[in-house]
Amino acid sequence: MNTAPLLAVDGLGKAFDGLVANRDISFKIHHAEIVGLIGPNGAGKTTLFNCLAGFYTPTTGRIAFEGRDITGSSPESAAALGIARTFQIVRVFHSMTARENVMVGAMLRDKRVREARKRADAELAFVGLSHRADVPASDLTVSEQKRLEVARALATDPKLILLDEVMAGLNPTEVREASQLVHRIHQRGIASIIVEHVMEGIMPIAHRMLVLDYGAKIADGTPAEIAENPAVIAAYLGD
Amino acid sequence: MTADILFQVLVSGLLIGLIYALVAVGLTLIFGVMDIVNFAHGEFLMLGMYASFWAFALFAVDPIVALPFTALLLFAVGVIVYQTVIRRILKAPMLSQIFATFGLMILLRGLAQFFWKPDHRLIPHSLVSGNLTLGSVQFGLPQFVAALGAVGVTGGLWYFLHRTRLGTALEATAIDREAATLMGIDGQKMFALAWGIGAACAGIAGGLIATFFPIFPEVGANFILIAFVVVVLGGFGSVTGAFLAGIIVGLIEVLGGFLVGPEYKTAIVLSLLLVVLLVRPRGLMGKA
Amino acid sequence: MSERTIPTPVKAFGALALLALAALLPLVVTEPSQQNFLILILMGAQLGVAWNIVGGYAGQVSLGHAVFYGIGAYTSTMLLLTLGLSPWVGALAGGGVSVLFALAMGWPCFRLKGHYFAMATIAVAEIVQILVTNSEFLEGAVGLSLPMDQSGWGVLIFLSKLPYYYVILGLLVLTVLTAWAIERSHIGYYFRAIKDEPEAARALGVSLTRYKLIALSVSAFLTALGGSFYAQKEMFIDPGSVLAGAISIKIALIAILGGVGTLLGPVLGAAVLITIEEYSRTLFGSTGSGTDMIIYAAMIILVAVFSPSGVLGLLGDLRRFLPGARSKGPDMADKMEIRP
Ligand SMILES: Nc1ncnc2c1ncn2[C@@H]1O[C@H](COP(=O)(O)OP(=O)(O)OP(=O)(O)O)[C@@H](O)[C@H]1O
Ligand SMILES: [Mg+2]
Repeated sequence: MNTAPLLAVDGLGKAFDGLVANRDISFKIHHAEIVGLIGPNGAGKTTLFNCLAGFYTPTTGRIAFEGRDITGSSPESAAALGIARTFQIVRVFHSMTARENVMVGAMLRDKRVREARKRADAELAFVGLSHRADVPASDLTVSEQKRLEVARALATDPKLILLDEVMAGLNPTEVREASQLVHRIHQRGIASIIVEHVMEGIMPIAHRMLVLDYGAKIADGTPAEIAENPAVIAAYLGD
Repeated sequence: MTADILFQVLVSGLLIGLIYALVAVGLTLIFGVMDIVNFAHGEFLMLGMYASFWAFALFAVDPIVALPFTALLLFAVGVIVYQTVIRRILKAPMLSQIFATFGLMILLRGLAQFFWKPDHRLIPHSLVSGNLTLGSVQFGLPQFVAALGAVGVTGGLWYFLHRTRLGTALEATAIDREAATLMGIDGQKMFALAWGIGAACAGIAGGLIATFFPIFPEVGANFILIAFVVVVLGGFGSVTGAFLAGIIVGLIEVLGGFLVGPEYKTAIVLSLLLVVLLVRPRGLMGKA
Repeated sequence: MSERTIPTPVKAFGALALLALAALLPLVVTEPSQQNFLILILMGAQLGVAWNIVGGYAGQVSLGHAVFYGIGAYTSTMLLLTLGLSPWVGALAGGGVSVLFALAMGWPCFRLKGHYFAMATIAVAEIVQILVTNSEFLEGAVGLSLPMDQSGWGVLIFLSKLPYYYVILGLLVLTVLTAWAIERSHIGYYFRAIKDEPEAARALGVSLTRYKLIALSVSAFLTALGGSFYAQKEMFIDPGSVLAGAISIKIALIAILGGVGTLLGPVLGAAVLITIEEYSRTLFGSTGSGTDMIIYAAMIILVAVFSPSGVLGLLGDLRRFLPGARSKGPDMADKMEIRP
């Protein structure tokens, strides 16, 4: 078993014209780990994702992936290294079918269209969207689009997947399905960081939880520890 | 001697720059309010020029006297364009938005050519004519009056946007559409108003320059490019920015034409557009 | 997009039949002026298909394509006039120069999105037109004439229209095949991804700059070939005929009318646009009464307002207005959303 962390974030900060969205955040993620990332609205969760996935250049701090410094690298190279993401506000390719959406992801590793199609079909089956493969992505429901984004991200063969509120707006059955999906991603050996407001969806499956408040990490521990952490309770109640 | 020439050049640049500012404020207002670049903006100016021309040719009304009428007419054109076309593409993909206003540009040019022939027309013997001499500097009275008018209208627009209820609502929409909607401002009404005012500004500019500029269906092409430069330099959506940028562009155009050669003045101004787009896309005073 | 609705063999057969028809057409249409009309349509179609690669598939609207057209025309003509180089080689050289120009221009300009990119392309094309108009080396506004003393396939100058017809048909086929190959490969998927959601494409490892540059370069190369063809056919070029803003507009219009991002849409677009142009010219005189502009502007506006997929799409969309037709799918309301 590889003990070196998959991802090591050290003192990461991000400011927008004076507004500090992330401050001095440090944590590690291990291979195949499921980590929940929670915090009140505006705590800086999406900003952190954008930094990890190369969309923002952090103002301070370092990000290392598999021991390599990737601070400030581009989204393309982050994807190539094995960091995949979904978007909080879905961004499917609306003029393409569900299958074609996933094919674009698969083409990162293999440019052949035929192979990409096979891989796409496999990932669509993995997230349970096989029956919608030929439907234009714009005709899918929002929850289907979120799953499509997961399939698309998985098709890039990531080592780490960043899921931004994939359970928002789902009914209890769907939340359970989504939790199972995350667990199956873990079984594939892929680590995941999951931003979620739906606690029922994340608490049962997460190995560890990170809590952000006003851009800073205020807690890091097992779901049970987090649930009793006074700082976390204060952050949520005081919100 | 050289100082005199330089001064002469600066005055000419200032005068034309103020006109550019007036054309551009309408464009920037529309963009600020709804993120749509109006490729047909030069055609509003063209319509303003023709309105003046016909007022003069048919009713012997001087362009300066006809200005209020030109403004009203173009306001109506702007609102009609908004209601018939723009309203339907607000949520369309950007590509459709470009094509819609681009189509409008060609439509208006085509209509002008169809009804008024492609000939260049001039308005002879207008109320203001002749030259004005100020020390060693000489410039056309029509140009001077046009520049004064441009300052007046831009100033009026500024006052409207900052000191009146309706104007503040419009300005608020331009600054933050979401917030304005939350404050209960009727977006549709503001959009239509922006188009009306934007078109009217371009129309007035057309009326002001009709006395010294040839009038033809494609005259807008000259101005839209420069208006783009002004809007980009001033920062999309900023009226004050457009005003300053208009003057800067006018000065650069005339100065560049003087130093490099008049045939290159448009190329110089367009290079400025590229430089600003690439170096500081938000312009001098634009929102990020 | 609904690529599997028509089986591939049927499509291939259809394409071959269409090609055969086009090849045989001049046997029926023998009147030179009518052959010229067909040539104009093919020229327009070729430019439209080429524009579509960057403007349609990749969604980067260029309103300055005349610059590539002009580079093609001027390069092959200058090489012929100064070095006596065959236009076959000259056209390829023009394509090469055009690609270099596309790279130099695209590298900085592709950081700009949407409207800004469109503006930058207008500015670049306009600047080049001004520079060429004032260039002594290129004979400025006077223009360049091709020598009249030779003809034949080597110099690509013909006394009749027919050979020009087959040359431009060949160029159109080459252009369509290029677009088709792109459409079917990963590049075509990447183009559409970039057009739909650039940020999401990046998250999947797609380099926006690289693929936009590929789109612009291929398009520029093919457009330059079209420019060289124009020079050979007209035997005279000047900034007004190959570099003017009106040409950029026309190229974009053809693709827009026919259907942005469709393989053969621009061919239809060209047929429609050139027909309108020629008819209004015969009806209202050669000065251009503006009727052609009015008609195609009205069509563009209709297309933009009602159907972003062009005339082809518009015809298909008419079904929507029939009673009992299903309502429009979820529209792009989220386009208005402000994204992080
Ligand atoms: N591109 C940006 N420019 C300026 N400010 C930004 C930008 N992105 C985020 N912010 C600000 O940073 C702060 C953190 O935002 P972020 O989206 O990361 O929060 P979040 O934890 O994901 O919230 P939510 O739960 O609502 O999704 C907010 O105040 C937000 O307004
Ligand atoms: Mg968020």
